[in-house]
Amino acid sequence: MMRFLVSRLASALVVILGVSVLVFFLIHLVPGDPVEVMLGEGSQPADREALRRALGLDLPVHVQLGHYLQGLLQGDLGVSLHSRRPIGEILLERIPATLELALAGLVVAVLIALPLGIIAALRKDTPWDGGAMAFAMLGVSIPNFWMGPLLILVFSLWLGWLPVSGREGPASLVLPALTLGTAMAAILSRMIRATLLEVLNEDYIRTARAKGLSWGQVVRRHALRNAMLPVITLLGLQLGALLAGAVITEIVFSWPGIGQLVIESIQRRDYPVVQACVLLISLAYVLVNTLTDLCYAWLDPRIRLGQ
Amino acid sequence: MRLKFALFVLACWVLLAAAGAWLPFEPYRIDLARILDPPDATAWLGHDDLGRPIWDRLVVGARYSLWVAVLVVGISLAAGTFIGAVSAYAGGWLDHLLVRVIDIFLAFPGILLAIALAGLMGPGLDNVVIALSLVGWVGFARLARAQVLTLKQRDHVAAAVSLGAGPGRIVWRHLLPLMAAPLIVEATFAVAGIVIAEAGLSFLGLGIQPPEPSWGSMIREGSRYMLVTPHMVLAPGIALLLVVLAVNMLGDRLRDRLDVRQS
Repeated sequence: MMRFLVSRLASALVVILGVSVLVFFLIHLVPGDPVEVMLGEGSQPADREALRRALGLDLPVHVQLGHYLQGLLQGDLGVSLHSRRPIGEILLERIPATLELALAGLVVAVLIALPLGIIAALRKDTPWDGGAMAFAMLGVSIPNFWMGPLLILVFSLWLGWLPVSGREGPASLVLPALTLGTAMAAILSRMIRATLLEVLNEDYIRTARAKGLSWGQVVRRHALRNAMLPVITLLGLQLGALLAGAVITEIVFSWPGIGQLVIESIQRRDYPVVQACVLLISLAYVLVNTLTDLCYAWLDPRIRLGQ
Repeated sequence: MRLKFALFVLACWVLLAAAGAWLPFEPYRIDLARILDPPDATAWLGHDDLGRPIWDRLVVGARYSLWVAVLVVGISLAAGTFIGAVSAYAGGWLDHLLVRVIDIFLAFPGILLAIALAGLMGPGLDNVVIALSLVGWVGFARLARAQVLTLKQRDHVAAAVSLGAGPGRIVWRHLLPLMAAPLIVEATFAVAGIVIAEAGLSFLGLGIQPPEPSWGSMIREGSRYMLVTPHMVLAPGIALLLVVLAVNMLGDRLRDRLDVRQS
């Protein structure tokens, strides 16, 4: 286990370093002179020089990269061009909202997917199965940025039950969480159905039935437990997609999280903030994936021993 | 039945895209007397907030979504398969290096990286294609690498090597045909993903720029006028949903038919 832990953490560190370097180079993708783009064409040459020096863009690239990585290690993400505040501070304000939305989306996804997947597997090739899988198909195919407006149209504008947008009170969380959770519920329910069907074919299920357990007990005690392992992995992998999906969902519902910050900062040409947001979400993603891997190894001895 | 539905929708998509290029549609014609007019006999999807006919905009938008999807999936498939195959076939330090690069790209949630790339490079069709391709190749590379790793152990490859075939010939003639099935399935699902991603970028204002019509920007414009009239947000959304649904159904069918296990 120790060896697995060390090798997994080492490769995570390499990935984190690579991600940071790639994010550093993002600003060099801005066409032409990034300083001119950020300040606008009518800006004074003196201002441009000042910003260029403040961002360190006058230095050779490898020196810039060095400064940038050194800053990251010290937790210094730079300063926003728009508000002149430290970026770390701005991110800290926004993280709770995104985290809240992502977790609520995850809860919605599991609440929908678990019953749906189980019903579909146990009632395979019946209308129950067909209905559940049709829902799943629809769920993966419907984009967040259309689902959101539709939910607003029905539940906020026509029925008047829930707020249109913003983040005030638990009621305002319902529609964004539904929007974000549906796509994941769709993927998850298909996965649960597939793994459960596979497990139900195993010999130990027949054995459990033969020794006299009721079907309900077999499903709960033997089938579900074994089917959950790959589902947990998928859940971890999907959490990253959930964080990214939150970007668009936040825009639809004016939810004041990291996603909204990304788009606002792109519009304001506040590129250091864009870089920091991408870095933050990607690092969170790497962290979750690594933790999922470790959990998985801990739950299933075959993996850590196979290494 | 489902396959017929999927093929029918996809045929409509392609036909509309072609029609948008060849027939005289008027996606930019502003008619101030008909602002936000709901559907009627003369304009069967109604008019938008500038009095432009939504049907015409939808048809021209179909062209962009198809074009971006075909281009991005084509580029990603070619580049990803090449990189993955080289990595697995060459082995050694090159494989180590490429695996690291793939891992690093996989560490970014795809759509987020595309948003950042499109946002920094500036909006427009070209940059959307570049941004989505930069994100898209990774999945194919990982798949191709895994495929080549298992396939190159087969006897017929050893036979080809001993007959003096070079690496290029072996990958092209002896491995690629065997990898085609999973790659085709992956590419089909990628089309669905790219159609949603293009619309998403345009929805965020980072993709195809007004007044050019894109389904994504039409949804954004429509959602502003939802309270007045829902037809503006419904039409492009339904078109998008139908296309993505059809592509996903086709992908499912192909996966079952070609017997590809999803990783």
